[in-house]
Amino acid sequence: MDSVDASLVNCLQDGLPVCSRPFDDIADSLGLSVDELLSRVQRLLDDKVLTRFGPMFNAENLGGALSLCAMQVPLDRYDEVTDLVNAFPEVAHNYERDHLLNMWFVIATERPEQAAVVLGEIEQLTGCQVYDMPKQEEFYIGLKLAV
Amino acid sequence: MVLSATDRELIAVIQDGLPLVAHPYAAIGEQLGLSEAAVIKRLESLQTAGLIKRMGVVVKHRALGYRANAMVVWDIPDAEVERIGALLADEVCVTLCYQRPRRLPAWPYNLFCMIHGRERDSVLRRLEQIVSCHGLEKIPHTVLFSGRSFKQRGARYVETGNVPGHLQRSHG
Repeated sequence: MDSVDASLVNCLQDGLPVCSRPFDDIADSLGLSVDELLSRVQRLLDDKVLTRFGPMFNAENLGGALSLCAMQVPLDRYDEVTDLVNAFPEVAHNYERDHLLNMWFVIATERPEQAAVVLGEIEQLTGCQVYDMPKQEEFYIGLKLAV
Repeated sequence: MVLSATDRELIAVIQDGLPLVAHPYAAIGEQLGLSEAAVIKRLESLQTAGLIKRMGVVVKHRALGYRANAMVVWDIPDAEVERIGALLADEVCVTLCYQRPRRLPAWPYNLFCMIHGRERDSVLRRLEQIVSCHGLEKIPHTVLFSGRSFKQRGARYVETGNVPGHLQRSHG
């Protein structure tokens, strides 16, 4: 990853215009051709520096629900509970964290009422209480990779 | 806003990502049997309605060498959340900043921010600077570093099961 990649990632984080040739302005500002720019983006995706390139949805406005959830999982059952939780397609990602609440996962559902059903199933399967903490407000972040 | 069948097909096609070509919206239109102009018009209205925030990227900080990923959580008086949330979001090392509900008594924190750094020490030093620079010494906070990460696939918003096969992306 060189400084052009870093600038490119910063530009893409700010957002791509929705127009016929959305890459032209960014390519110009970086002194790249559109083809060069696209192959850099492809390489950043291949290298897993970028996990996604495309629309950032607002799940709540789409009618769905997105929530950060936490559980206190007994350490001797951590792997077993991880498998149970991750088996749900609604679970988008899952991190171990060093706190009494030691499992943190995001659930995304197409309809809000599905979230409660999924969380109920997770509680029943795992025997662990789920603390559900949907966002109330998002503070805007501009970006920011060191170039 | 009620999504039309076309909107749902459009979202299903783009939710895993945009095609990496010079005219991505024309390519999407070809998949859906729509003109480029029609795709752009639909996407603009989805953005205006706030369903799509922007066309952007998700950066995986671990791949950039930012191995220390700290969730810093704060218990801020409700009347102060707006002000302090905006301050934290402006910090260069803060990559996400959300207000969330407390879950008392287990969880007293109502503001969550992510700080990424190359190692834990540098993240903690940066946090100390943020606390002293903004006078946050009296605001209770704690740091949760991440250990293993088990699943990172990004959220899906429309089930692709009900989209005709020829409309699904082959390289999602």
